[in-house]
Amino acid sequence: MEMFQLRRADDVAQAVNAAAYAEDRQGAPVRFLAGGTTLIDLMKLDVERPGMVVDINRLPLDRIEPTPEGGVRIGATVRNADLAHDPVIRERYPVLSQALLSGASAQLRNMATTGGNLLQRTRCVYFRDVAMPCNKREPGSGCPAIGGYNRNLAVLGTSDACIASNPSDMNVALMALGAAIEIQGADGARTVGIDDFFLLPGDTPQRETVLAPGELITHVTLPPLPAGTRSHYLKLRDRASYEFALASAAVVVTMANGSIKTARVAMGGIGTRPWRVPSAELLLAGGAPSAAVFEAAARELLRDARPQSENAFKIELARRCLVHALNTVTAAD
Amino acid sequence: MSRPPLDTPVGAPPAQQTAMFLSMKVDLVVNGVRHELRLDPRTTLLDCLREHLGLAGTKKGCDHGQCGACTVHLDGRRVNACLVLAATLDGREVTTVEGLARDGQLHPVQAAFLEQDAYQCGYCTAGQIMSAAALLSEPCGESDAEVKECMSGNICRCGAYKNIVAAVQQARRRPA
Repeated sequence: MEMFQLRRADDVAQAVNAAAYAEDRQGAPVRFLAGGTTLIDLMKLDVERPGMVVDINRLPLDRIEPTPEGGVRIGATVRNADLAHDPVIRERYPVLSQALLSGASAQLRNMATTGGNLLQRTRCVYFRDVAMPCNKREPGSGCPAIGGYNRNLAVLGTSDACIASNPSDMNVALMALGAAIEIQGADGARTVGIDDFFLLPGDTPQRETVLAPGELITHVTLPPLPAGTRSHYLKLRDRASYEFALASAAVVVTMANGSIKTARVAMGGIGTRPWRVPSAELLLAGGAPSAAVFEAAARELLRDARPQSENAFKIELARRCLVHALNTVTAAD
Repeated sequence: MSRPPLDTPVGAPPAQQTAMFLSMKVDLVVNGVRHELRLDPRTTLLDCLREHLGLAGTKKGCDHGQCGACTVHLDGRRVNACLVLAATLDGREVTTVEGLARDGQLHPVQAAFLEQDAYQCGYCTAGQIMSAAALLSEPCGESDAEVKECMSGNICRCGAYKNIVAAVQQARRRPA
């Protein structure tokens, strides 16, 4: 690990100012440190080499609060374990609780935070190994994952520069729930819908989100869900626990009189970002749940899937994953 | 927003900047004992315990949060000590396997590991025990399958899982 300056911020303004200050006065990349489960890991690998680390663990962002609209506002430093076990989340947003509990280990979930999980980095082995080229880590150096070890990488949203998959479970649930992300920068605050938060790699895979340097995620807001809404998360992986998804599905379905009124569906493990295709959701809406409709929606969601040398199996796996999740969520209680 | 006052000479050579931040003051309570430490900011809690405080019970396995050998309790919750920077823990409380026994009495999890022979080489054992001790106060279902899920962050390369599950279940039936 390379040397860095460690600063502790006691409030959001201090954190953002420290970051802005470091960026323009010293030219050193700055990182906010919350749970550390991604950042410290990558710093040990020299994949991350920040000149300044701003400890944000003491910011007052550790609360889960109701919003006036009937939704929930989650502070950025709320730990994954606390969010997963929160009674309101369990009752009203079970897809989020299930997604969180399907990820990592109990220790890591006690550490990892809501804001940090949004910025979780890919598990691509080339990204994590500084002896290898990687366009995400070192733009222009190449992508040995294309034609190399890519079994766990993306089949959707890839480019000639990068095929890294987004490994998060939480992000998939947040996308299916239509979460909004509150961001504070030195020049003010803004809110970004999760559909607009993650960037496709294109020819700039080093840019993974719309966050500008020095901007801090402060909250994630979940909208209220209409009566009759059910949700579910299904994760498929190589072993039963403590493993990243090969394919996962987060499904949020509002039912009325035995029909699907609206649906929001997102998939993980298969895309360069959590994957959502609104046209697939439209196929689900307005009719009774049926195998044919589920199949059609799954095919629509996966229409643009492009396999790499080792991961063609994921396309069929993802299709079955989504159909199974939809079967589960629409099944009568 | 106003910017904070400078505490770094802008443009100072990296070596000089490094020297300024090489050592950070941290007050850490470990197993009920307060320690005033000065630490390189890169020091993980794991290295702090082992190298600075001589508490070698906490083990270094993968050093990347994947194996659970370094599991300790931070303010009562289990964490991977290898992924925590010690300098961020000013005023926090850490419990290691050395601090689990009370008044010469083994913690119920320690006793259960002995009775169930829940180890072979022993390298993962401290982490397993710290994980299991935390599990006692966490939401975890009653079945063996649920115990396995709750303990999946602790790898045992000897494969003593069967007895580990038995030990955890025994400790849950006879809590502290």
